[in-house]
Amino acid sequence: MKPEPNNHLQALSQAIVQGLVDEAGPLAEKAVAAGMKPLQVIEQACVPAIEEVGRLWEAGDYFLPELIAGAEAMKAAMTVLQEALKSSGQSLKSAGRVVIGTVEGDIHDIGKNLVASMLRASGFEVIDLGADVKVERFVETAEREKADIIALSALLTTTMLNQKRVVELLVSRGLKDKFKVMVGGAPVTEKFAREIGADGYGESAVQAVSVARSLLAGRGGNHD
Amino acid sequence: MTEEVFRPRVRFLSQQAVEQIIDESFILLEKVGLFIENEEALKLLANAGQKIDHAKNRVFIEKGLVEKCLKTCPSEIRLYDLEGSREYLVGRDEVHFDPGSAAIKILDSITLKEREAGTSDLVTLYKLVETLENLDFQSTALVSADVPKEMADIYRLYLGLLFSRKPFITGIFRVESLKPMLDLLLAVRGDAKTLAEKPLAIFDACPSPPLKWSRLTAQSLIDCSRLGVPSELIPMGLTGATSPVTLAGTLVQQLAESFGGLVICQLTRPGAPVIFGGSPAGFDMRKGTTPMGAPETMMIDCAFAQVAKHLNLPTHAYMGLSDSKLVDAQAGLETAMGATLAALAGINVVSGAGMLNFESTQSLEKLVIDNDICGQALRLVRGIAFREKPLALHLFSELGPDFNFLVLPHTRKWYRQEHYFSSVLDRDVYDTWTALGRLDTFQRAGKEIARRLSLYQRPELCLKKSADLQKIMKAYAASCGLEKLPEVPGLKV
Repeated sequence: MKPEPNNHLQALSQAIVQGLVDEAGPLAEKAVAAGMKPLQVIEQACVPAIEEVGRLWEAGDYFLPELIAGAEAMKAAMTVLQEALKSSGQSLKSAGRVVIGTVEGDIHDIGKNLVASMLRASGFEVIDLGADVKVERFVETAEREKADIIALSALLTTTMLNQKRVVELLVSRGLKDKFKVMVGGAPVTEKFAREIGADGYGESAVQAVSVARSLLAGRGGNHD
Repeated sequence: MTEEVFRPRVRFLSQQAVEQIIDESFILLEKVGLFIENEEALKLLANAGQKIDHAKNRVFIEKGLVEKCLKTCPSEIRLYDLEGSREYLVGRDEVHFDPGSAAIKILDSITLKEREAGTSDLVTLYKLVETLENLDFQSTALVSADVPKEMADIYRLYLGLLFSRKPFITGIFRVESLKPMLDLLLAVRGDAKTLAEKPLAIFDACPSPPLKWSRLTAQSLIDCSRLGVPSELIPMGLTGATSPVTLAGTLVQQLAESFGGLVICQLTRPGAPVIFGGSPAGFDMRKGTTPMGAPETMMIDCAFAQVAKHLNLPTHAYMGLSDSKLVDAQAGLETAMGATLAALAGINVVSGAGMLNFESTQSLEKLVIDNDICGQALRLVRGIAFREKPLALHLFSELGPDFNFLVLPHTRKWYRQEHYFSSVLDRDVYDTWTALGRLDTFQRAGKEIARRLSLYQRPELCLKKSADLQKIMKAYAASCGLEKLPEVPGLKV
């Protein structure tokens, strides 16, 4: 019996929703081998699947391990599909380029890693600077990498002020309009984000994706 | 007559499980090793013949070395108060409570919102803790926001020593602060020999999970050990985030990290006092937070203390605190459960009183309430004493026809020792409670704070030493760019 293309899409979609990291890549390969267009696989299987993961998280059914596994499975599938696109001379339009890190003085990177995973899974290019990142490094990396967004994480109330310092540095160098700034982390609130002049705030890793999307809506990426 | 009182105990591990955890952590140290980012510590370990991967700052520690270090590490520590007169045994099943540290905020008594703390808040907290009879130790529980961050760690100890008789649990935020903080202790004791003989403070040092000792924390271990100042090791694995998700797996990692700290201390100076403690947490997979009031957190703490006791070491845990944002039912529930379990587990130093919001907010009201919680927990472990022989028979011949126990000398003789008397819990009849203004626990605690603060008396020795302490603090503040120290209430500057 010849496998139906729809079966491939469904299997891949399920693998991502269930976070089956080892199966997502091979299933994406099978779909391509069965003659499906990589873009079609991405649009019809991967994107709805990662959206379903986000929905399950927001509904309280999924916890962090399921969320991470979903993002990792998505990444595995996307690696295969992007390779396939490249060999057919096409490329996937990036959702945007994000420089992310935990601010200076703060070594907590669990939350930041989550946001990075979810952004990657949602088609963003992510440059992860790690934890305890100096203010200047965010700005310099964003310039060099022609980023669209600078995403700043802070877990401590003592270090969240360094998020403000990044915004101030952007303003003082006349770069504020060039990059969107997103902030997050346990002590950070929407009000704080507004006060320091950040462009976006996400309460969770899932929200961070929709915030990043809306920040770049109707705007071409710097690197195009 | 005195018969040994049965001590109620809680245990979470079988003997076999304890040994399995120890065996596996030995293997972890040998095969995976520890990351140690401190040159001096690496040199000590190299000299002890340990294999080092210098590119990765990774040290593979042999079981034989850990066992040798376990032999030189004291099983009991004695802390002394400011005057050096009252002695506190840290070891065996002795339980000492102290405030949770270090909070970066204080819960405002009036607005019920957390806010930054200043010098006067720290002074009030220290004075209050001096009056809380169930907290044996002080801790540098609050960070003052009115001095530069570079001196925040030393400043809290400085203020503490100006107002406290009780010994301190403290620690550094920066390597540079270690020397002046030790200088403060030396100023109180007079010289290094007396400080080593009569430790006044314990220094916390936290490895970074998984399996890492940073430059800062390793240096704290080395410098404290050199002076004979006790080091309290505080591993803080988060289940499923920075350590294995299983409680047993986290225990293996916590022990391996602790063995690393123990080895650094003993190689610096054999016989250096070390306490096996911790601030692990059952990581919340929904919120991404680190609940200190979760049962899993308490289970890891109690089980780890059991392993440390098996190794004959003094113990510590962050227990008896809450993740609530207010002093409410959750705060009482989590604090009482933690303090009770810690006491039943025989943990020697129990840090937590007053603390809310994942170890980040202190509350004066909660301190007063927790003083009662700790008092009740201590009462539980004092056990049921057999005061006289026979236990009851002889009383019935003394009793009159009305069987009035209240009039018996036996009653008067023992009632204070048999019962714990609370200072804020409500045991009034309804009408009295109404007449007193229908106050809830938080409101009663507020009144109790005022009463206790009015009883506080500054120890003579604090007064005598304050000029020396100020000199050290001023010099360090100047190096941090602060020319004039904030005004300290009740203190001539």
